[in-house]
Amino acid sequence: MNEQKEIVQGSEQHEASRAEQAASPEVILRPAVDVYETGEGVILKADLPGVDKDGLNVQIDKDTLTIEGSVSLEIPKDLEARYAEVQSNRYRHSFSLSRDLDTAKVQAELHDGILTLQIPKREEVKPRKITVSAA
Amino acid sequence: MFGSPFFSPAGLLEEFDRLQRQMDSLTGASWPGLTNIRAGRTGGFPALNVGTTPEEVELYLFAPGVAPDQFDISIEQNVLTISGERNDPPPEGARQYLQERFNGKFRRVITLPEDVDPERVEASYKNGILHIRLKRQEATRPHRIEVKA
Repeated sequence: MNEQKEIVQGSEQHEASRAEQAASPEVILRPAVDVYETGEGVILKADLPGVDKDGLNVQIDKDTLTIEGSVSLEIPKDLEARYAEVQSNRYRHSFSLSRDLDTAKVQAELHDGILTLQIPKREEVKPRKITVSAA
Repeated sequence: MFGSPFFSPAGLLEEFDRLQRQMDSLTGASWPGLTNIRAGRTGGFPALNVGTTPEEVELYLFAPGVAPDQFDISIEQNVLTISGERNDPPPEGARQYLQERFNGKFRRVITLPEDVDPERVEASYKNGILHIRLKRQEATRPHRIEVKA
């Protein structure tokens, strides 16, 4: 099993969310993410500007990780929109996780609109150096 | 905050945007300013929303992970420049699979409407959004004219 590739691909989820979007009039943004791997595990960073702790939902269902966020903006009552590059207040992105990752030990941190997830590898799959003992 | 003016049902604002651009190209108007010669391409980092009230012009810049003191905001002759840097590289030795997030120096240039008072500007930063409020000058606000009997 090619475990490294799997977390970044999740293409089925993309298709699913696209279909959902077509069905509902609500636009859902896909946040920009960085994914990298160290010996300890996988680290995922997502840009979720405007999302606070209450508006964030990180969920793992079997092997699917879903990040959802809703933006809270302080907007004056009588504001008229003149120009908008961000046209939705909802973010969503899903990934599929591989079995070598320990989903029970995921750590999440949200700071200044950036979500950082640390997903550790299971102990048994962590890289180990094998020392060759002299004969 | 649902039902806020920026996040109206899909497509509405887009349509408005398109009309606005069409109008701008017809009238040569430069506001909301992304036609400024120094503006660079639209849709860069940080993303920008602009709204107005009778008293203020409100700018929202979606700039997660930038320390408030890293922003450099200046106004010169009705041109507002916001620059800064976001430096958030992956740890050394890490294997990178996806790199979509912006990293490095940024600059956005916005032409403000004529009636903005450059002396009365407030900026705040919360949850990764930089909010700049610019007061408009009294004289240009819409006001009622009483008809005397």
